[in-house]
Amino acid sequence: MEDEELLEKLLAGDEQAFRELVSKYHTTLVRVARYHVGSEAAAEDVAQDTWVAVLKGVHKFEGRSTFKTWLFRILVNRARTSGTREHRMVSVDPTEGSATVAGSRFDTSGAWTDPPAPFTDVVEARLDDAAIVRAVHEAIRELPEPQQAVVTLRDVEGLSTYEVASLLGLTEANVRVILHRGRAKVRAALEDTVSGGVQ
Amino acid sequence: MSLLSKDIACREAVELVTSYLEDTMSRGDRKRFERHLEHCDGCAAYLDQVRETIRATGSVGPEDLDPEVLDGLVLLYHEFQLGAP
Repeated sequence: MEDEELLEKLLAGDEQAFRELVSKYHTTLVRVARYHVGSEAAAEDVAQDTWVAVLKGVHKFEGRSTFKTWLFRILVNRARTSGTREHRMVSVDPTEGSATVAGSRFDTSGAWTDPPAPFTDVVEARLDDAAIVRAVHEAIRELPEPQQAVVTLRDVEGLSTYEVASLLGLTEANVRVILHRGRAKVRAALEDTVSGGVQ
Repeated sequence: MSLLSKDIACREAVELVTSYLEDTMSRGDRKRFERHLEHCDGCAAYLDQVRETIRATGSVGPEDLDPEVLDGLVLLYHEFQLGAP
């Protein structure tokens, strides 16, 4: 069901609509909050406060932005006011640890010695395969902090780079650097799963 | 500004896929990158893997919520829905 439809039902007093919205977004809210605050528990609190704000403010939501954008803005405003700033000192130095593919896969000239095989159709065909779903979820869960928030917002939720940058207080250039590293790790996890699972 | 002075090695090409997909390369760099892909099956496959990764990440969606956490949040619904002004 689309968010707008769920919102209408929520306004009409439908508890199930609230359940669906929470099921859809709570994990992501906690992940994004975790970028701003110092602990998992604090992130849970911020996400919970966000739902309270949604319940109190949903009558005033005018639909000028999407529900998703509105929701994440509430979250980020709350996270910033309760956030312990030390967490924001995360390095996004573009030159730091820049290789995203194992050096052992290239020869001294930088050419592939262990080239990748295309995923096309393999991943697509197995998207409802539990191993693929688990590989993606685990890979994202294991990403270090800024990468986890960026990959979740950009690739799981499909927000634009501009929106991700503004929600996380980063430049778009830094979002791209972080995204590049995070995606590379998810790719590597999928490659392991696909090559391990194909006979 | 050109990131790529002449021919690029595969090791460098893989670090450019995000700039390529986000369309933030200069026209010259883009051409050089595409020229490399035309001659390099490994890098073409790598780009395909990254594209499929993005698609898979979007299709798989977020992780399922712990039912206990969900029930806890539904309590908020009752608290604030009933207490709403």
